[in-house]
Amino acid sequence: MEQKKYWQNFGELRNSEGYEKDLQDEFKEQLPFEADDKGLLEARTPRRDFLKYVGFSTAAAAVAAGCEIPVKKSIPYLNKPENIIPGVPNYFATTYVQDGNVVPVVAKVRDGRPIKLEGNELSSITLGGTSARVQAAVLGIYDTARSRYPIANGKEVTTFEAFDKMVVEAMKGAGGVTVLLTSTITSPTSKMVIAQFLAKNPGSRHVQYDAISASGLLQANEAGYGKRAIPSYHFDNAKVIVSLGADFLGTWLNTIEYSRQYAAGRKINQLNPEMSKHIQFESMLSLTGANADERFVHRPSEAGAVALGLYARLGGSVTAPAVADERLKKGLDLAASQLKAANGAALVVSGSNDARVQTIVNAINEIIGANGKTINWATTLNTRQGNDKEMVQLVQDMNDGKVGALLIHGVNPAYDYFDSKKFTEGLKKVKVSISFNDREDETSENCKFSLPDHHFLESWGDAEMKSGAISFLQPTIAPIFKTRAFQTSLMHWSGDTSEYGDFFKNYWITKLGGQEAWDKALQDGVVENLAAPAAAPFNNSGVAEAAAQLSSAKKGGKTELVIYEKVSMGSGKDANNPWLQELPDPITKATWDNYVIISYAKAKDLGIVVDDNYEVETSKPTVTLKSGGKEFVLPILVIPGMHPDVVALALGYGRSEKTGKAAAGVGQNAFPLVSFNGASFEYAATDVSVEKTGKTYKVAYTQTHNQYEGRKEVVREYDLEDFRKTPKILKAERDELVEDFAKQTGDYRVEGTLYPDYPYPGAKWGMSIDLNTCTGCGACSIACTAENNVAVVGKSEVLRAHEMHWLRIDRYFATYRDNSGNDDLDNLNVLFMPVMCQHCDNAPCENVCPVNATSHSSEGLNQMTYNRCIGTRYCANNCPFKVRRFNWADYMGADSFPDNQNGKLDASVMQMNDDLTRMVLNPDVTVRSRGVIEKCSFCVQRLQDGKLKAKKENRPLDTGAEGKWDIKTACQQACPTNAIVFGNVNDKKSPVSKIRNEEQTNRVFYALEQLHVLPSVNYLAKIRNTDRHVGVSEEGHGAAEGEKKAETLPSAKQPVEAEVK
Amino acid sequence: MFQFRTQVKALQTAILFILLISFSLRINAQEGKALFNAKCASCHAIDKQLVGPALRGVEDRWGGDKAMIHNWVHNSAAVIKSGYPRAVEVYSQFNKVQMTAFPELADKDIDAILAYVSAPPAANTTPGSAPSSAGAPADNKDDSSLLFGILTLILAVISLILLQVNSNLRKLSDDREGVHAPEPVPFYRNKAYIATGAIILFLLAGYFVFQGAQGLGRSQNYQPEQPIFYSHTVHAGVNQISCLYCHGGAQDSKHANIPSVNVCMNCHMGINEYAKGPKLYREDGSEVDGTAEIKKLYQYAGWDPTTRNYTGNGKPVEWIRIHNLPDHVYFNHSQHVKAGKQQCQTCHGEIQKMNEVYQFANLSMGWCVNCHRETKVQFADNKFYSIYEKFHEDIKNKKLDSVTVEKIGGTECQKCHY
Repeated sequence: MEQKKYWQNFGELRNSEGYEKDLQDEFKEQLPFEADDKGLLEARTPRRDFLKYVGFSTAAAAVAAGCEIPVKKSIPYLNKPENIIPGVPNYFATTYVQDGNVVPVVAKVRDGRPIKLEGNELSSITLGGTSARVQAAVLGIYDTARSRYPIANGKEVTTFEAFDKMVVEAMKGAGGVTVLLTSTITSPTSKMVIAQFLAKNPGSRHVQYDAISASGLLQANEAGYGKRAIPSYHFDNAKVIVSLGADFLGTWLNTIEYSRQYAAGRKINQLNPEMSKHIQFESMLSLTGANADERFVHRPSEAGAVALGLYARLGGSVTAPAVADERLKKGLDLAASQLKAANGAALVVSGSNDARVQTIVNAINEIIGANGKTINWATTLNTRQGNDKEMVQLVQDMNDGKVGALLIHGVNPAYDYFDSKKFTEGLKKVKVSISFNDREDETSENCKFSLPDHHFLESWGDAEMKSGAISFLQPTIAPIFKTRAFQTSLMHWSGDTSEYGDFFKNYWITKLGGQEAWDKALQDGVVENLAAPAAAPFNNSGVAEAAAQLSSAKKGGKTELVIYEKVSMGSGKDANNPWLQELPDPITKATWDNYVIISYAKAKDLGIVVDDNYEVETSKPTVTLKSGGKEFVLPILVIPGMHPDVVALALGYGRSEKTGKAAAGVGQNAFPLVSFNGASFEYAATDVSVEKTGKTYKVAYTQTHNQYEGRKEVVREYDLEDFRKTPKILKAERDELVEDFAKQTGDYRVEGTLYPDYPYPGAKWGMSIDLNTCTGCGACSIACTAENNVAVVGKSEVLRAHEMHWLRIDRYFATYRDNSGNDDLDNLNVLFMPVMCQHCDNAPCENVCPVNATSHSSEGLNQMTYNRCIGTRYCANNCPFKVRRFNWADYMGADSFPDNQNGKLDASVMQMNDDLTRMVLNPDVTVRSRGVIEKCSFCVQRLQDGKLKAKKENRPLDTGAEGKWDIKTACQQACPTNAIVFGNVNDKKSPVSKIRNEEQTNRVFYALEQLHVLPSVNYLAKIRNTDRHVGVSEEGHGAAEGEKKAETLPSAKQPVEAEVK
Repeated sequence: MFQFRTQVKALQTAILFILLISFSLRINAQEGKALFNAKCASCHAIDKQLVGPALRGVEDRWGGDKAMIHNWVHNSAAVIKSGYPRAVEVYSQFNKVQMTAFPELADKDIDAILAYVSAPPAANTTPGSAPSSAGAPADNKDDSSLLFGILTLILAVISLILLQVNSNLRKLSDDREGVHAPEPVPFYRNKAYIATGAIILFLLAGYFVFQGAQGLGRSQNYQPEQPIFYSHTVHAGVNQISCLYCHGGAQDSKHANIPSVNVCMNCHMGINEYAKGPKLYREDGSEVDGTAEIKKLYQYAGWDPTTRNYTGNGKPVEWIRIHNLPDHVYFNHSQHVKAGKQQCQTCHGEIQKMNEVYQFANLSMGWCVNCHRETKVQFADNKFYSIYEKFHEDIKNKKLDSVTVEKIGGTECQKCHY
């Protein structure tokens, strides 16, 4: 019978020797003693060296101590602004704007500098959710690679007046047309400024260009609904969600809103377990696919056939091309029957940028009755307005010498346009080229003028994410560099000498009806006036033609390529953000690179051996990827769940030297592989060749770090049917622990240990993480990094398993193994499990610390005291969850000796140590020095702050009862799906106690509960809405498990050995 | 250190006495003085121009028109509007800044103030002579350690002598009994003595090295010279200005905050000379010219006292920071001042008696922890502590009489280190 297995890497799947050996070592490398096999006593580092070191350190310490205490100055304001109290943060509502994406945020400003972004809870669209990229954006303002002053012809221009004069003069003599090239503009006032500018320059035009475009969707909607717009999707109203390659939880359009809605449909009421069913058709394993209940893979060239197949099965009058793959066929049948059964409460989305596929998807949504129910045409999304055709036309015009002046804002076509060479050549023919970009990127480099715009945290402005949903930008800091709002520049160049900020304010004061309304709007950050949901009439005249064209699409070659967007990197604007570069990709868990993802079968086909050491070694085989005359040599990562004939490559890497230390030289640019089909850009190639090179390349990935040493089961998953039938399925398992270890009292907590049970007289902190609504997006991880001054260590250190993230997200693959020991790698489930310090009440780390640097608090915190730690790392050794991190080097520049950093760390780490970048540090959290252990503190600075607030106001602490929160941890606050809940478990009314004791008693479990470490973090089991049997209930416990292991092991190893030979 | 408080008291009594004698017939003036101090003194002086004009002779300047002065005080704007010449003159003379209206003052109150300001000046407003004992007051601390030390020394000497006597006697008796004793070793070559001495020296050296090492980085009694001789004695002591008026951050923020220059100027726009307070001396004994120090403040503030305008050339004062905590310590003033209701003096010493501030406490962790062990929290008064149900019950049942900071986790590492 089939067995299910949860695993993180191939070694674990096969229990390979290399994996077993790797597990033995807590730290991935030998300590830097030159010990040979003779043992430490006869090591080559002899006693004399040791004495030298001792002598030196004593002398150094004496010298350091002998220095006089430096005189420190305390310089107060000359005239203190009324609303600033040094040491108390101010919060300003503003808006994250990049690449057209709009997210209302609240910036925490401490002593004049923004240090953290939180979602704005007043926005009904995001409800305070954020993404990893939004969380990391605060670092962008302190980017050392930002342009610091206006440049004309390679020279600094000292005043804006002089710059204006030069530009106006140059534009007069430019001839040709003037074109303003921007990313999607969502700001109503900016559009007015642009209109004014265009009016002043006859013949000029405005081209919007999205590096990652939704032009196809817009085009299909224009044909079908008469509106070149994107409707509002309501994933929360859909009982069945079918996604055709749309990564709507990770990268597709308005991910924060979609994640929140999606999670609403995945929350389980244990009395009446019900949830949406999510079916994903895709070519590679995306974040959304990883969350799906059912997942089917197809080639990119079959995207049209899949859409048509679904349409035909739902009764569409088309003849769908045949789909060869049996599983895919079954998948289409399943999707069709589910969609029909949902009776309107269903939604189909497609991530394709092909208008024909989107037309078919629109037709499908009409048939299933989604229009007006899960698709709302009354409120449309404005975050993608780019027109691929216009962009291609512009590049042609530039090359034809028709464009006299080109003004570029927020886009970087010299890097991210598919034919960037042609763009750059065209740019050279443009007489007056002006860039407003924030740095000397690939495009600015080639422009004659460069006048950097403010960062969004320095700007006034507005953004209309959806029709009727306005959010405002206000400066949180005075401009750090000599930059100017690009709208002001446009105004000045069209003869209007006022400032954009004033224009913007006056406009809104008038529009909102007075100063008071404006003040409130600015304070709230959002003004919403959303229309009631409504359908739009559909015109299906284009469907037949689209179907005909798709049916006759040519077949793909032997290997096909998907060019995808990474959750962390997007189009590459954030490439110089070390936080994002070091965030492990949700699926591959790789950092600091892009690489070719291939399937297990493909690797085998290429003659690449996925052997014992495949994942223990960091060196990955490289391949030559050829497509359309372009050739890349890239490392591979073998990932299950890929279509066997599909390889995938991420965008956003391979930036130029000047874009910054963290961006330069990381990965390769995949944009040249994008193609233009005459109407829109295609992010796939249907015929590529991949060949093994025989060389290797080191990829820094974290999936083999921090493992559980074979301890089971860390994650729990059940299918909905099982959970309905036996709601106590998990509870019963947990009750066995009571049976085994607490027979007398029935209290596992007290009886299961020799240690006394300590009381928690006041608050007792606890966290609950719902695995069902956690999508694995990584927002929490970056939020934690930003809040707690977590160090960036750079690629070379990640390679040595030295990454410092306090909160990691473990990614588990779950596959079935048949009786003959073959693993079905295509048919898999993926689970995400955020793991941070579990704050065990019976903590193994505390017992082994020789200096009592880690101790337990009366509120249940496992406290880490850095200044006491001497770095034995016993605690990390003894931690079953592997959440303790050791500062192997002086990553943050906290040591007194600067030489501890020089030459030893990557340039990207040194970038984080720049005085400018360090302004992002949270002053309430110690910057850790070399040689100490650190780990999640449950954001103790926030706990202390929240408690103090309550004390000062003479009232009890609010930890979530009745929606009042004094304290939210950074991860909880960042989470777009509210999967993380934190609070006082001694407070019976707090959400976390309610989850544990009332609402989710059947799903609550603690990781490795059998160890009796008594974690303060509980998880809620994942429930999957699938007909297949899910979960590991077949595998017994204790002895029975061992027996089964013995049975399966030899056979499991066979295929590996076969490959090695 | 000076005994300012007694001097000030003496001064006050003297002034009161003189006043009593001088104006015993005009009880009105007493009332006038109180009113003047409460209502007028922030902008007016009797003999000197501050924000407003000097008030002596005001009746003459207004042509003795008391009714009009009453009107002026009640509502100066109306008087100016009426075009009364003296009113318009004063208004334009003082940069067209209107005087605050005092409608609550009755006519007789105003008359009392006028009586007070028109009284002849007090005989002598300069403070009494400088304190005779400029040095530190006698250390009358009950220091018994010295006594014990002397006693120990005497006992040690006696025991040494006795030992010597004993050995001599033994030698004598041995000699008499014919026992051949080895030649006595002088005590400085006696191994037992040398060993004992060495051990004692080692212990002493160890003790001092340990103490010294512990004190590294600590700076108790640190008293740097500040850019302006700012006397807390004058401000917090003599004039009883609340600490929080200037260090408002102490109740809102982790930092108490040194006041910005504009806070100083709130008062010093009017107070431009140091004349009435006690004489001030630096640590080295030299006398401080208070008025010159105020001038320094004006320079920092960019304030021109003659035109009474800001020049715009101000720069912040670079005070020298006295209290420094290591980076790995989190300390929050508002926690202690607002939630804990601690006095500033608990940690900063008798700041109201310090001319130049010095670091009173050693700010060591032991010092913090000891206080946390002994200090009781506002357990019953602050509703925050309602969640500590068990302690409340214990107090009710008389098992517990109070809750210290330690009891609610105040000595745990992550209360201060994170």
